[in-house]
Amino acid sequence: MSRQTEGQQFASALGMGNASPEGPRGDSPVLPPPAGPLYEAKPKPGSARAAEGETLEVAVGPHHPSTHGVFRMDVVLDGERIISLKPRFGYLHRNHEKLCEGGTYLMAIPYTDRLDYFCSLTNNWAYVLAVEKLAGVEAPERAEYLRVITAELTRLLNHSCLVGFLLQDMGAMGTPLMYAFREREKLVDLFEELTGARMMCNYMRFGGCRTDASAGWLERTRRVVDDFPRFLDEFEDLLTSNEILLARTQGVGKLSAELAINAGVTGPMLRASGVAYDIRKAAPYGIYERFAFRVPVGEHGDVYDRYMIRMLEMRESVRILKQALKEIPEGPVLNPKARRRNFRPPVGEAYGRLEAPKGELGFYLISDGSPRPYRFRIRAPSFINLTILEDMCLGHTLQDAVIILGSVDIVMGEVDR
Amino acid sequence: MRDPEKSSELEETAPPGLPSFQEIRRILEERVEGLRLEFIPNPAAPDQSSFCVPTEFALETARILRDDPRFALDFCSNVTGVDWLDQTVEETILHRETTDEGERTIKEIVRRRRPGFLEAVYHLYSMRARRGPLVIRQRTANRIDRVRVASLTPIWRSAEFQEREVYDLFGVRFEGHPDLRRILMWDEFKDYPMRKDYVEPDDYEYEPTPQGEAAAKARRHYPYGGAR
Amino acid sequence: MSGLGNNASGTPGEEKGASSMLGLGILKGLGVTLRNFLGSYRDPERLITVEYPEERLPLPEQSRAFPMLIYDGEDPIGGLRCVACKICEKECPSQCIYIVKDRDARGRPMKRPKIFDLDISTCMGCGICAEVCPFDSIKMDAAYERSAESRFERLLLRKEDLAKPNAYYHKIHPTEAAEADARLGIASPEPEAPPEGAPEKAA
Ligand code: SF4
Ligand code: SF4
Repeated sequence: MSRQTEGQQFASALGMGNASPEGPRGDSPVLPPPAGPLYEAKPKPGSARAAEGETLEVAVGPHHPSTHGVFRMDVVLDGERIISLKPRFGYLHRNHEKLCEGGTYLMAIPYTDRLDYFCSLTNNWAYVLAVEKLAGVEAPERAEYLRVITAELTRLLNHSCLVGFLLQDMGAMGTPLMYAFREREKLVDLFEELTGARMMCNYMRFGGCRTDASAGWLERTRRVVDDFPRFLDEFEDLLTSNEILLARTQGVGKLSAELAINAGVTGPMLRASGVAYDIRKAAPYGIYERFAFRVPVGEHGDVYDRYMIRMLEMRESVRILKQALKEIPEGPVLNPKARRRNFRPPVGEAYGRLEAPKGELGFYLISDGSPRPYRFRIRAPSFINLTILEDMCLGHTLQDAVIILGSVDIVMGEVDR
Repeated sequence: MRDPEKSSELEETAPPGLPSFQEIRRILEERVEGLRLEFIPNPAAPDQSSFCVPTEFALETARILRDDPRFALDFCSNVTGVDWLDQTVEETILHRETTDEGERTIKEIVRRRRPGFLEAVYHLYSMRARRGPLVIRQRTANRIDRVRVASLTPIWRSAEFQEREVYDLFGVRFEGHPDLRRILMWDEFKDYPMRKDYVEPDDYEYEPTPQGEAAAKARRHYPYGGAR
Repeated sequence: MSGLGNNASGTPGEEKGASSMLGLGILKGLGVTLRNFLGSYRDPERLITVEYPEERLPLPEQSRAFPMLIYDGEDPIGGLRCVACKICEKECPSQCIYIVKDRDARGRPMKRPKIFDLDISTCMGCGICAEVCPFDSIKMDAAYERSAESRFERLLLRKEDLAKPNAYYHKIHPTEAAEADARLGIASPEPEAPPEGAPEKAA
């Protein structure tokens, strides 16, 4: 059996790529196969076997459990090594930007929840940050604290789930993910109590937050936050020194600091490569300069460092949360001067950005003085972090590509917008 | 609506951590021969005003912005397109006039038609020196056939996917981009959906509560008074 | 896990934080799962799953699902607070509200809706309509089990389906409802008033 057919069998057994054109129902019309590949995937020069043309093309996705949504990687394999990997997006493209250009400034807030549906609160904040910069509105003190608290809770939620998913990609079926979801449940319960919804919070407004937090909510949050390090210890016992995890992640998917900076990689990915750049420190927004916290930095830039950075970042988030929950003052949560209906920012443009759990999330708005934004642009961290996916995967095997993708931390709602 | 007085005032402001816009213009025009930068004031957020860089100098200017230690803008955060339709702009021109009462300034408002163009906007930061943003723009000559600008992907790799997105959704062609294909829309798609005059295909689906444009569309498909 | 033996990632990783004896890390991890497993027998707090739908958690007060229209008094249609000002229709991001003002015999517009439709197949439950309504008429319901077989029948709610008594509002969002009553200057209904179609809740 030649290598090619072996690979094809493997691919079709997994439901990837060249499966037989007949669907499960025999009577459905079979579409003619496309005339040729949509673009030529060229093998890398220098590979001897590639020169003989013995390569295998596999389309991983769009429906594949490891691709975190509807995402496709067109992979060219030489033996087991990846010699080319082209990400293909757009399966979830709904032209979010145009949608928001058609509505008022207020209408865009619930849509931002749906970008990265794990982190609706940081998405809300990034958007209102840009609008506040554009219109020169300020939020009251208590609202700023609530923003920090909800954003850091979001970070805990995102990072713990990500670690669970990463382990799931590695083959640890269930356990780490279930432990992460057990903690997530406590956090989304807090969100529901504060904002009315577990995931689509729609919480922040220009000049503050929509609802105030009760004393009981703050107390429960304190309890959850105080409990969180115990979960982190347990999680680390479970994972950090696990030999399988070490073998699968160390030295895999290395990314150099130079390339990471040049390719605009942000967030934990960048810090794992050794660049101490966190917008909360580099260009503090909100009230972050009041809190003491450290920025964990990796040194190898591999998947293990990315995992570790997230574990450490959660501990720093707990630190910020403890300070914020102690210091939060009483007061209003909404600036009475900020309007919701008929809100017309002055002519101009603004770019607002913050450190979302996945990286730098930015909103670029152009106002022409009307109630609708003339231009509404989202700088989505998971989209831009995928730029170097191919560079990280070259030379690795397909199973490593899966965990490299997992360590990038993408959510397709944000990648495709 | 550009007030020349205000414009030069705004030019004295500086983007965070960088020299003032005047100074930046001086440095760049000194280093790149023949470069003329147009200052685009931004009254809402003066520190995010921008420069429009002529396409033919864009690559060279970008390289200086990245490599010159006075800027060191090593991180291109955001690349996006903007579509500007043909519009009538009002410009205020200041005349100085000497009358018997002395010198005075007369403001004259001139209306002129500005042909539409597409714009690529870059937000540049410095990760090492914690500066920015400096906003630069490139403009195409029109919206129809002369839609080329220079790709800055050779300078900042982060522009790779974002320029592809601008090409995909706005139809700006980036000269020198290594792999300019559609990214979010499928390859066979014809139009550019983010343009302001994009007409969506007439693939109406019944909607129980149509309003506005959707209601007009419903009426076209259901001639007896819309969906209800 | 088949990936164990043939992890050929090209560059062998350095041994970071690895235990002195191979396999100790795995055993430590297994210890954690064992602790959790045995702990679930000892401590009922550790049993965190809820056997939905037999068992339900109480919803927090803020919880929202889809909008409803509040009426005062006995008559669900005549008592609607809505004056058909169409503000919510304009502000709804997904444009899923459709309102037609009622007219009297002589064709003058009246302060009540003739048609008030809400398409919950496109509603995203954001609550903006409730936020902008100046008459405290449209509010967020907490009933979330709204699945239906057809997109157009049970998901397109008419004003008859949307109308809910003030007492129901008081039951699901007591604080908010009391504030609304104070704003409107009406007496709050009896707390025991039988709520209609209230979601079943088990504490
Ligand atoms: S529900 Fe409120 S906002 Fe909507 S039409 Fe009725 S009164 Fe106006
Ligand atoms: S909840 Fe949001 S989407 Fe639903 S009707 Fe109200 S405003 Fe529209």
